[in-house]
Formats: sequence, structure tokens, C-alpha cells
Amino acid sequence: MKPFAQKLNELTPELVALVDDVIARHNGDPTQLVGILLDLEAGVERHYIPEPAAYYLAERLSIPPTQVYDVISFYTALHDQPRAKYTLQVCDSAPCRVKDSDALCETLKRLLNLEVGEVTYDGRFSIEKVPCFGACDVSPAVRVNGVVYGHLDSEERIMDMLRQLD
Amino acid sequence: MSKTVSFITRNFGKYNPSSLASYEFIGGFTALRKALDMDGDAIAQLLADNGVQGRGGAAYDMGRKWSQARAVQAPHKCVVCNADEGEPGTFKDRELLSKDPFQLLEGMIIAGWAVGADNGYIYMREEYSHLRPQLLSAIEQCEKAGYLGENILGHEGFHYHIHLYSGAGAYVCGEGSALCESLEGHSGRPRMKPPFIKQCGAFHLPTCVNNVESLSLVPPLLLDKDGFYKSQGTPDCPGTKLISVCGNVKNPGVFEVPFGITLREIIYDLAGGIEDGHQLQLVQLGGASGRLASPAQLDTQYTYKGMKGADLTAIGSGAILVVDERTSVIGFLRMTQQFFSHESCGQCTPCREGNRHIARFLDKIAAGTHTEEDIKLMEKYANIMSTASMCGLGETAQSALLSAMKRFPEVFAVKKEVAVR
Amino acid sequence: MSETKMIHLTINHMPVEVPAGTRIIEAAQSIGIDIPHLCYHPDQSIKAHCRMCMVEVTGQRKLLAACSTLVWEGMEVVTDSKRVYDAQVGVLDLILADHRQDCLACARNNNCDLQNLCRRFNRLKPDLPDVSSQERPRLDNPSIVRDPSKCVKCGRCVKVCSEVQGIGALSFTGRSADCKVTTAFDLPMNETDCVLCGQCTLVCPVGALTEVDHTSHVRHALHDSNKHVVVQIAPSVRVALGDDFGLEPGALVTGKMVTALKMMGFEKVFDTNFTADLTIMEEGSELLERIQKGGRLPMITSCSPGWVNFMEKHHPELIGNLSTAKSPQGMFGAVLKTYYAQRMGWDPKDIFSVSVMPCTAKKFEATRPELGRDGYQDVDVVLTTRELAKLIRYEGLNPVNLPESDFDSPLGTGSGAGAIFGATGGVMEAALRTAYELYTKKELPRLEFEEVRGEVGGIKEATIDLDGTPLKVAVVNGLKNAEEVIRRIQSGEADYLFVEIMACPGGCIGGGGQPIGTNNEKRKARIKALYDLDKSLPLRKSHENPDIQTIYQEFFDHPLSHKAHELLHTEYFPRPKRYDFSPYIEKYRKFLPDSAKK
Repeated sequence: MKPFAQKLNELTPELVALVDDVIARHNGDPTQLVGILLDLEAGVERHYIPEPAAYYLAERLSIPPTQVYDVISFYTALHDQPRAKYTLQVCDSAPCRVKDSDALCETLKRLLNLEVGEVTYDGRFSIEKVPCFGACDVSPAVRVNGVVYGHLDSEERIMDMLRQLD
Repeated sequence: MSKTVSFITRNFGKYNPSSLASYEFIGGFTALRKALDMDGDAIAQLLADNGVQGRGGAAYDMGRKWSQARAVQAPHKCVVCNADEGEPGTFKDRELLSKDPFQLLEGMIIAGWAVGADNGYIYMREEYSHLRPQLLSAIEQCEKAGYLGENILGHEGFHYHIHLYSGAGAYVCGEGSALCESLEGHSGRPRMKPPFIKQCGAFHLPTCVNNVESLSLVPPLLLDKDGFYKSQGTPDCPGTKLISVCGNVKNPGVFEVPFGITLREIIYDLAGGIEDGHQLQLVQLGGASGRLASPAQLDTQYTYKGMKGADLTAIGSGAILVVDERTSVIGFLRMTQQFFSHESCGQCTPCREGNRHIARFLDKIAAGTHTEEDIKLMEKYANIMSTASMCGLGETAQSALLSAMKRFPEVFAVKKEVAVR
Repeated sequence: MSETKMIHLTINHMPVEVPAGTRIIEAAQSIGIDIPHLCYHPDQSIKAHCRMCMVEVTGQRKLLAACSTLVWEGMEVVTDSKRVYDAQVGVLDLILADHRQDCLACARNNNCDLQNLCRRFNRLKPDLPDVSSQERPRLDNPSIVRDPSKCVKCGRCVKVCSEVQGIGALSFTGRSADCKVTTAFDLPMNETDCVLCGQCTLVCPVGALTEVDHTSHVRHALHDSNKHVVVQIAPSVRVALGDDFGLEPGALVTGKMVTALKMMGFEKVFDTNFTADLTIMEEGSELLERIQKGGRLPMITSCSPGWVNFMEKHHPELIGNLSTAKSPQGMFGAVLKTYYAQRMGWDPKDIFSVSVMPCTAKKFEATRPELGRDGYQDVDVVLTTRELAKLIRYEGLNPVNLPESDFDSPLGTGSGAGAIFGATGGVMEAALRTAYELYTKKELPRLEFEEVRGEVGGIKEATIDLDGTPLKVAVVNGLKNAEEVIRRIQSGEADYLFVEIMACPGGCIGGGGQPIGTNNEKRKARIKALYDLDKSLPLRKSHENPDIQTIYQEFFDHPLSHKAHELLHTEYFPRPKRYDFSPYIEKYRKFLPDSAKK
């Protein structure tokens, strides 16, 4: 396995190509900034917006870098720090909490030996607490890269879910 | 009265949601053809006659909204579909988006025709990104078939396009003007009003914002020849409503119910009752911004008036969160508070600052270290938030707390020894 | 003229009549009620963030924000009910609990909108625990300090930066309690698009954005007997300083200010108007030379350091268009430490050169390595008008009561042309007076060039008749407007020969270092005061200033001479972007040195 990508501090040709590609998919339309950043994040291995990419994007769209930074900092689904390849998002809102998502979170922490917000040494897993993602009918639930895993009310089911990843 | 009905959900499972042909096969787009023979005022009137109130939470009279949008004179207007279903415990739009996307598109095209818009925007929350490919393909198929594009279905001059935009995890973007900001590539901080979005909304155009459910309701209403919709519900609140029930119930899910059904029927008959061995503690209606109902209020009729009369949130997003005794009232309030402390946009003082202070008061109450003074201050700032905040988020963030203070006063009682100190 | 509809309402039972479209806060002002506010600013678009101005309107369930609510016929407003009081004090407490209260050590002590509100509501401490940010003040550039722990998130700085200057270096970021005003990626201001113009420090209601305070450097120098401490004062300071001492806007306090400075112990008190005249000699000659010899046109003025920063950061392609003449501050520093030092027999190293400027970007300009030689800078310390007021207060002086004194000679004589440098259009007019006479060798029939006198926040275009030769010019203030003028130039829409650009609205009289409370109304009063001053002076053309004639005879020989080039002209450099875009974006490839091009 190739070593896991670290934080990107330089504007590389690969990063430029990725940004150019995402911008092209959005017709270079700066009003689609939120969608552009989401696509960009999906395209970066550690699912975040590297600072050089943000600056290059601002330049390409002719918007101030502050706008890009503001948008990244405002929306929960956008990040300016490297995350994991598989970020386990545990719903932290009342509908899941009353179905004991706290226990789910504790189990994940124990199984992965990880605190919320930390990333495993190999960059594969991290745990995040997020607001309701509308899977309340299958709560308690976890969302990983857009896919929802529901009814995680026992350790076996949680293990099953983890096995399905990678 | 039957417990569930099938009106807006009538196509669920009846066709392949990724195929336009199968939607057409079950009669899709006949409502659009009918609408194109009517003028916009007649369509708005039809909504008004059926007493349709917007499903987004504010419950604005939908016929009035459309006729106002129609009356605005401007070369370009837009329709926005609010698919940012962010109220915790709400997932009914998810069902409409996944099981009947074409009905929504049909409703949006009719909206465009009725209000005279040339662009429609679906603003869908990032949490539903898995529904994007299907929805994008549905739009594409409609473009190809001539339901979208130039001179739609041969109607000279009716040009209309639908664009799918994504949110990125911000509850506040459910607020109309914040949604417009987000559509324009900015952070979703609500705008100062006036100007109102009906005059100057997304891309500075007159904008008509409707919820997914409101728009999805339009095609069946147009085809409702025998007045089925109006025959449902109660005389002062006709029709049906899509609700999502979750929490400590046996059978959580989305149900289409006639207005006028009681909370008891919803919880015990539709959702199968409380999980075995536990008792009902409270119900939160309309999501995190909703008030709390005590078990004594279960026989309240689920209508706008009935709920209001019982000092509960009037329908709102249609979320019904059922909580049993395993979660304490204060514990529950802290969960709700945590949500708002995370979701406030931080722009106006009462909401940005109020949330964090109230969170601290709740922590103190949970620890049993609070004083009478703390309770007074907490109530004071909760009231300031609801009366002085800039948008609906701050205004309703303390609904749960303020209603709990009325309905569960005992949980705020001060421990004696602390009070003396 | 169409008649404006009048609206009738009552405020605290007082009948009020205002035009339709008025907001409650303005209607209240019209009858002398000042509704408490923080984010509202008369020169800015409405934000309605702070919620201090909540008032009660009969029949409304919620309280309404007076700054954003338009009046309607029959409206009944109450600004002092219990409900309003409770809400306003509540909001004030919420703001205070998030504001680090070290008032005694704050640059804005006694001049702070939040403090005024506390005084008004008799509020010493909020009934809430302190939740203010623990971030320390960020001193990362020579001009502006940011103190996030004091920020009240009113958004005035964000608005002025984006709406007036068109830069957007500051913005809201994050949300809820993490919402703060900062730069992109929280970087030091100098590493962002910021041009250090300081307009943000002027609108900040509290001490979250202030000038870097250099008063102690000056005091140390004044206490050092081995130093010749010399001060120069910019044209626009004399019509603004009075504000800080309660005089009416635009009050002219030149003589009193000179007395105060002499009492403080400055060995020589000189006038930057003198080098403004010198700038005109060089810049005017440069313009004629460019026109006659086919140089790069349009020529653009270079005396506004905020504009120069903007150009270097955002439009390096215009470097060749800028006049190479140094700003008056820069010329003064150079003249002081060469010509004047020689004349006085002083070692330049013993001179401590202070300038008083209306500007925070001047602090940065003074640190430019181009503006110095032999290991010393031409200007050692730049004080803003606000810092000068502070020093005067430290001395226990009130300039209002002081007698008047004259500037020292010979660097203290300035013409009316030099004086109007402080107003938008002033440099243009001064240059035209000289260029006309140098070019046509005739006397000007009329001194006033009303057509180039700018408006606060406007763009002005004119064609000047140089005795038969048309000279197309433009005058602009505010960088957002500058961007528009640049667009016109680059699109070929306009073919100006000479353009004056000032970074701040109204020119230097509205600069980022002027007294707190500077607004567009005061800017207009100051502009008028400068033009009145010009009119009252016997000497109104730079080239007729006898001391200017002397300095050319004794030292520089003639404008654009070798020596003048060495001391009075400078060069500009493109500022590197944070990341190297040159391999990817054509625009940036053009500015690479040839060796680096592939």
C-alpha cells in the first residue's frame, strides 16, 4: 500500500488538474462554489480542501480567497484539515441520541481505539459527530462517505458495518 | 376515518423512479398538460380553494404565495425547491425525492408556469447526496423529452430549466434567504429583510420558495377531479399530510395521514406504540425547533388549529419524535440545545451568544448546581432569543425549552441546599 | 421632480413625518432620539446583526430592528418600554460577556461605542459569565492590530472592506459561537489581499481593529537628547484633528497643532505640503515627459500607499503606469535626511524623522527598503492623526486653547496646491495648475479645475484643455471604484492620459488613520475646508513656491534630474502570491523574470 497522503502544502500539477476538472464540471460558475468544494473534497483522498487548492480555486473563479475560506468554515460538510479515508459520521441529534447513539459512538471508539476527531495512524478511519442526516427511521445510524448504515444497535452490526468498508 | 391515506404518496412503489417512461406509463405529466391549459391565477386559486398551506414549517398559504409571485413584474424569476430538510427527525422529503422524483419535477414545472419563472433550483441537503444521481438523471430525461427546456410541450415562450444545487450541512440554509445566499456560492447567513425574497431572492431575482412536499402536492391536486383531497381531514383543515415518526417507537417511518388524526393514533396505531417495557415521556413536534408535548396532550388533533390551540408547534416539518423515560427531560433539552449551538449561523447577537449561555445553564441544571437566579436568567435569554433574533432559527431555537418550562416545571426545581447557599 | 410620499408615524407618542423609505432609526434621529446601535453605520448598507436597536411597534408580536425596518403610515414606535429596555440590556449583556473588557488598556478607551452604551445603560458588568475569546492581539504588520477578543461581530469592517474597497480581506467565518471576523485561512493581514488602508479601523465600534500604536517610540525619541526629532504633517491632518477635540467637522487647526508639537519638544515642525509641491514638480514633469516622449500612459498617481499596495498585489501589470515620483511623505523623508541634514550639518543617523499622516498604510510605506539609504529609513515613525491626538492629550494640552504658530522654514512652506493634496482630485488639480503653465508657458486663466474635484466614493472623468491640447483625465477614490477605472482602461473603453487614484473615500481626509467617527458627512466638510484654505492662500501653484525654487537651485538642479531621480523617485514590485500560479495561469507567467520563463 502506498503511504497515505499527508496534508498538501503545495500547489501540485495533480491538484491543479483536479481543481480544473471540478470547475469545468460546474461550468466555471462561481455561484456553484458550495457544490464545487464538495466535489473537490470528494476528489481529495483525505476528504478535505487543501489550502493551495482553495487559493487556486479563488483565482480561477475570480472570487476573494476569504469567500472560499468562509464557505469551508461555515458548512459542516466542508473541511480545511485532512480527515480519514473513511470518516464515520455518527448522528448526534436527538432522534438518534434517544436511540442510544452514544453507545454506538462508544463502541466505535473502543473498536478503533480512537477518540472523536482523531484519525487512525494509517489515515483510514476517523469518527465525527454530526447533526441529523435524516436516517431517523433506521437510527442509530452512521454515515460514511455518503452511505448510511442503520440499526447499529449491537456490536455485531457495528463490526459488520466496519467490515464492509474497504 | 382511515388512519393512513394515499394521495401525495400514491405513486410510491408504482413506478421505477429512475425512468421517465415508467412515470409516463402511470399517467405522469398529465397534470402538467392540464396546467398548461390553465392560467397561473387559476392554478393559484385551485391551491387556495384546497386550503393548501406550505409544508416548509412557516405554513404560508400556498395559493397566496403563488399569486403574489405571479404578480411581481420582472423579466426573470425563479422557483426554488427547498430540499434542505434539516429538522432533526424529519425524513419525509427524502421519501418523496427517492420514490417519486418525477412528481416533484412536474410540480416544479407547474410552479414555473404558474408564477412565470424561467429557472427552477432544487436545493438539496448534502446529507441526501446519494439521491443526486437519480435526480440529475430525472432532470436530464425531462430535458430530452421536452418537459424542460425551450417552448415546453409546444407552449411558445415557456422556457424553463431546473438546476440541482447541493447544500453542505447547514440547518440554517432551510431559511429562505440563507438558502438564496448558499445558492449564490456564499455562506448561508440569512439576509436582512426587506427586501423579501419574493421581490429579491436568489441571484437578486424574485424568488418563489416551496418545500419538496408542497411542490409534490401540486400534480395530484390538479388531477383531483372528485375532490378527494378536500374530503380528507377536518372542515377547517382539509387534506393530507406526510409525517415522519421516529424515536422510541416500534415502527418508525413516514406516513401520509389525514389532518385531524390525533397524536395518540399516530404514535400507537401507526408507529406501533412505545418500545416494549417503556413509557412515553414526551413528544417533540416539528423537529428541534418544535415544542414539547406531554403525555397528557396525546388526544390533540393534528391540525394547524388544533396544535396551536394546545400550545404546540403547528405541524411544522411534520416530524414527530417520541421519547420514552430512558431520556430525561433535561437530557433531551441538552440534545436539542447542542443542535442549535452547532447550527446557529452566528450572525446576530441573541442567537450566537444566547445559545451558548443557555447551554451552560442546562449543564448546571443537569448537574443539579443551578439556582433560582439561573432559571430566571435562562428564561430571560430564551425569551430575548425568540423576540430579538434575526431569523426563524433564533426565534424558535428555545421553543423546546420554553415549552418544557411550562409542561415539566418539576425538572427545573432548585435543589434546596443549593438555593440556600 | 416627482414628489416623495411622506409617511406619518409616532415615536414615543411624538408625531413624525418622514419620506417613504426611511428606516425607524433615521426617523428617530430626525426628532433627536438616538436609538442604541452597534452595527448600523450611516455610510454602509444595513446589516441588522447586532440587534441592539430592537424597538416595539404596536401590533407587532416580535420586537423590530429599528435599523432595518422601514416606516409605514400610522406606525406607532416605542423605544423605551420595559420590553424594549429588557431586550436591549439583554443584548448588551450578551455582547459584553463575549468582549474582553480591559478597557483601561484599550486603544479605544473613552472613544468606544460599546463603552458608550454601557454608560448609557449604567451597565458595569453583564449578569452572564465571561465567554470572550482567549486569542491574543495579532500584531503581524506595521499598520493594523487585530484583537479578536474584543470583536463584537458587527460586520462593519467586513462591509467597508468589500463594499467600499472591493477587497474582502476580512470576512465572517465559521458559525455560532465560533463565528468570527478574520482573514482567509486566518493568515496575517499582510499575507492576504489586505492593502492596510485602515478603513476597517475607522468603522470598528470597539478596539478590535486599531492602528499599530507608535506613540511610545516618539516619546522615547523626544526624551533622547542626542536626537534631532523632526516632524512633518500631512495636508489632511489639519482639517481633521479638531474632531478629536470637539471642534466642528472641517475645523482648520494648523497653527494650534504646530504650537502643540513645538511644546512637545519637536525640534522642527515642517509641512508635508512642501513636499506635496515637490511631488507636483516631479510628477507634473514626468507626465509631460511621458506624453511628449511616448512613455507609458495613462500615468497614475502614486501618493496613496493603500493604492500602491493594491496595485502591487492585485494589478502588477500597472507597475509601469505608476508615476515613479515618491509620495510627499517619502520625498520629505529623503529631503530631510539629505538636503536639510547637509544644510544643518546634522548626521542623518541622528535625525529621528516623524510624520503625522491620516493613514495606516503610510506606516507600511515608511518601512519600504526603497525609502531609505545607508542603513536608515527616511521616515522613522509614522503617527496617525489619532495617535497625534493621543500624544497631545498625554501632554495635557488642548489645542483649542493654544495660540497659533508657523511651520519652521524652509521645509514648512506649502502652496494651496499642496494643501488640496488631502482631498480627492487635489493631486490632479495641483498637477494641472503646474503642468498647464509648464506646457503652455502661459499663465492659467483660471486656477480652479472644478471638473476634477472628486466626490466621496465617486469616479470623475474630464477633458482638460491645455491651450488647445486635450488632456483626458480621471479622478477616483475608494478602491472598488479604482477597480472600475482599471477595467475601463484595460478594456480600452477609456483613453485617459492621467489618472488620480486615492485608496480611501474622499481621499486622505477620509483616510484610515483619521479620528474615529469620520464619516462621509465629515469627509465632505474636510474637503470643503481644504479648498477654502487653498483659496485663502496667496501662493496657489507648486512651481511658484519660493522654497521649491530654492531647493532646485541649491540641490536638485531641475525636475527629473539625476539627483531628483535618485532621491525623489522610487520603484514598485509585484507582490508574490501565496502560491505560485505562474505555471498554471497565463496572467502570472507574464510577470516572471525572463530567465524563469519556459
